[in-house]
Amino acid sequence: MRIAELVTAIIIALSSIYLMWKSGEGPSWDPTAVRFANIGINVDNSGPGSGFWPFWLAAAMLVAAIAVMVNWHLRATPESRSEEVYLDSYGKRMLLTVCGGLIAFLILIRFIGFYGAIPLFLFYYIYFLGRHSLLAAIAISAAVPVFCFFFFDVAMRIVLPKGYLDPLFIPLYDIFL
Amino acid sequence: MDVITLLIDGIFTALQPLNLGLALLGVVIGLFVGAMPGLGSVNGVAILLPFTFVIQQITGSVSSPMIFLAAIYYGAMYGGAISSITLGIPGASTAVATTFDGRPLALQGKADRALVIAALASFVGGTVSTILFTGAAPLLASVALKFGNPEIFALMLLAFATFVGLGGDDIPKTIISICLGLILSAVGFDIISGAPRLLLFDSTAWFSRGIQFLVLAIGVYGIGEMLWTINSTRYKTEMTEARITLGRMRAALAGASEAWKGTLIGSLLGFFVGILPAAGATPGSLMAYGVAKMVSKDPSKFGHGEPDGVAAPESANNSASTGAMLPMMTLGIPGSPTTAVLLAGMVIWGLTPGPRLFTDQPDFVWPLIGSFYISNLIAVVMNLAFIPLFLRVLRMPFTILAPLIFVLSVVGVFAAYQNIYDVWLMLFFGIGAFFLRILNYPLAPAVLAIVLGPIAEPTLRQSLILSDGSWMIFLNRPIAGPITIVAIVLILLPLVGLIRRRLLRR
Amino acid sequence: MKLFKSMAFGLAAMGALTAAQSAGAFEPTKPVDFVIMAGKGGGADKMARLMQSIVEANGMSSRPLVPVNKSGGSGAEALVAMMNASDPDHAIMVTLNSFFTTPLRQPGLGVDIMTFAPVGRMAEDTFVLWVHKDEGISSFDEFLAEAKDRGSGWVMGGTGSAQEDQIITNYLNDTYGLEIKYIPYKGGGAVAKDLAGRQINSSVNNPSEALGFYESGDVIPLVAFTDERLPMFPDVPTLRETGQEFAYFMQRAVVGAPGMSDDALAYYTALFDQVYNSPEWQKYKSDKSLLGDYLNGDGLRDYWQTQRERHETILRASGDIK
Repeated sequence: MRIAELVTAIIIALSSIYLMWKSGEGPSWDPTAVRFANIGINVDNSGPGSGFWPFWLAAAMLVAAIAVMVNWHLRATPESRSEEVYLDSYGKRMLLTVCGGLIAFLILIRFIGFYGAIPLFLFYYIYFLGRHSLLAAIAISAAVPVFCFFFFDVAMRIVLPKGYLDPLFIPLYDIFL
Repeated sequence: MDVITLLIDGIFTALQPLNLGLALLGVVIGLFVGAMPGLGSVNGVAILLPFTFVIQQITGSVSSPMIFLAAIYYGAMYGGAISSITLGIPGASTAVATTFDGRPLALQGKADRALVIAALASFVGGTVSTILFTGAAPLLASVALKFGNPEIFALMLLAFATFVGLGGDDIPKTIISICLGLILSAVGFDIISGAPRLLLFDSTAWFSRGIQFLVLAIGVYGIGEMLWTINSTRYKTEMTEARITLGRMRAALAGASEAWKGTLIGSLLGFFVGILPAAGATPGSLMAYGVAKMVSKDPSKFGHGEPDGVAAPESANNSASTGAMLPMMTLGIPGSPTTAVLLAGMVIWGLTPGPRLFTDQPDFVWPLIGSFYISNLIAVVMNLAFIPLFLRVLRMPFTILAPLIFVLSVVGVFAAYQNIYDVWLMLFFGIGAFFLRILNYPLAPAVLAIVLGPIAEPTLRQSLILSDGSWMIFLNRPIAGPITIVAIVLILLPLVGLIRRRLLRR
Repeated sequence: MKLFKSMAFGLAAMGALTAAQSAGAFEPTKPVDFVIMAGKGGGADKMARLMQSIVEANGMSSRPLVPVNKSGGSGAEALVAMMNASDPDHAIMVTLNSFFTTPLRQPGLGVDIMTFAPVGRMAEDTFVLWVHKDEGISSFDEFLAEAKDRGSGWVMGGTGSAQEDQIITNYLNDTYGLEIKYIPYKGGGAVAKDLAGRQINSSVNNPSEALGFYESGDVIPLVAFTDERLPMFPDVPTLRETGQEFAYFMQRAVVGAPGMSDDALAYYTALFDQVYNSPEWQKYKSDKSLLGDYLNGDGLRDYWQTQRERHETILRASGDIK
């Protein structure tokens, strides 16, 4: 936990520096613009530039991240004193199976659409991770997409992408839309 | 007295079977749309807008379509609290503050109480603001006109001042969270200079559209908070003892009166913030929560399931949503995406929103105000009736509820913005939030900052253009000045307290 | 009558559907993405939703038009989404003048507007110069004198930066030697309200945005940036009458995604021709002081070409593109 606290503060500090640098960027149509020309208050009636707000906030974030590091050094916060493990083996396995499942879910949407990916993800989670009965897993995996289709596509007119499964849905559009 | 006759006429018009039926249908649609994470009143209202054209042709009256849409708006405001309490995901920015105490109550097995308090507080908030609306609409519209850019920014500063109390003890981490939210809100496109900016990693496809509130909120609450719960409880969460009996229901109803203070604060504060154009219901609910905590006898209970902490934001967001109708109708300014669509509707039905609406279109205005009273009553009854159904959600085993919440988060974010990049960003924020959550970084300030940032930044810069760069504009204007001073005092108070504690310890 | 009409449309649509299968004419087979190049509640959004309502209420299309707001990056998000549309036959968009200016200001997007399918121009929105009644100004000449007198103390509010309202403001500044200070807002409604509250001194709102405050007498029109006087304000002169060769309009057009098939383009052109000629649209046009005839096909393409060149000249002159 103690190491994680420091590493996180360093990552935040580095991100703030990146954001400050990025805020100083001029508009894309003006290649002559000087970096950091836009972070102050212009005198020519156009007020603060586009980088004013993010730049100074990122600077404040950098100062706060340094304060977190100082607290870490002084052992002033509970996290900087804690000797607990940041993520134990259970946590790591959980992160791998659950987040891995979610990432696979989003990748699958690209190919087989929401209505192909939702049942696969639900079945994977309920049957393999949740260790529920096969029947429960199949029932829920089948019911949720049907509900989603009627709620989103039909009732709310929000057409969820169907990937390569699109042709299968044309008869359904004929009936319901 | 004239007002009372007009109002009674209006209520009778609203009670005609067709209008009553439309209000009932609208409230039920709104409740369910609002309870769905990712979808809010704006989706319900926008989708049914073309349908109102048909209603208008059938009834020949302009008030019936508006009664229908206003009922959806109300229903969704009630519904937003439901997902905040039962799932821990705020369905809309207005319901973020409801999670602070609503979620802990649900985890303690008192979800029924939280839901009842939320419903009743919403009802009181909605009714109080409707009464204020009835009595003083034209007068209040002229007050709203006095709020220019410097005043709105001062008000945002006041809302940020209430953050300081929300973050907990670790001030640097709270500052990081606020700054992060405010910077993320600036990603994409700068309205003032017209320049694309902060296109992180130079990716137009990912960032030119900016980072939307729900992407961060659902990421933090739907993914991050869920991962954290799974990690720290190892699926052993017995979410709640969520059985509902008539006896428990009655006890909850009786117990709701203990939250009177929060309800009162929320109803009044919500209304006055709501009528200010551009402010909207989110700062209203947030400030109500902050003030309720400040005046409470025991502020330390807030965040751990304090009834006032549910009542204040819930009464405020309903009160503010009625209040927000005022600038929309009398000034033609939408304070939120939903009122923007309602405004579009009014134009489509052939009305001209503006100061003359009350005098020129009494046939539209008074039945609508009448329907506010009726829809509120319908909404609270419906909401209470559906509570047992919503509580069933909590009785699901966590290993089934968790994947359902993940699917809802993914579909909800997609439905809200119809862009797959936003879904990936949401997942990224969720995993990031999980790592920060373990180290006790408060994340609610970031979520709220991303809502207030897009209001605060332009008003700050527009004010500074007006003043040729002088910051005194926030102090030397008659309305902005006092608000700014109160905000600065509120921000400094905890810091002074902290320094004094440090000094005493030495 | 209404019912009969919609039934007739329904039958016609069914007839068209069966004909489609034999003759190969286009009919949408799934919901049509109706992209709006602006946020919810703005002028373009109101118009898009009105068009959608007209289509829906009269059953003009066999599949619904689904409005999607893509306002990011001054319309850049919408343009890119249309270019990458997976099915160009089911993607149409409502555009405004950012259709011309955004590709000019953000060449990195790689958008060529001439590749978009010209479905139809539904109207041209007009611009009028407004001041608050308590300003003590009743004519354009008094405005010029007062604004000159106050220099950069005269504040004009407008929508966005280097867009319509600022283009007009820059024109006034350059032509009459004024130093009006321009404050960009997110939307025209907020500008109109701040004018009514005297937070700013003047605006160049579209009539639809300022109408409420005009009817209540809070704001008064001074001059119209049109070719001829607007029927709604017969006493308000045009800038042309003062001898300046300047008029400025906002296009309100529907375009199809690049790569749309000719059959689909013909279908949407016919659809929006029906919308244009509907009594609802004509009423809206006259109520909100909109001008412009229905323009499609090559006529619309030529119009884009001239508008693009004109905006390029204006933006180069003001230094907003280099």
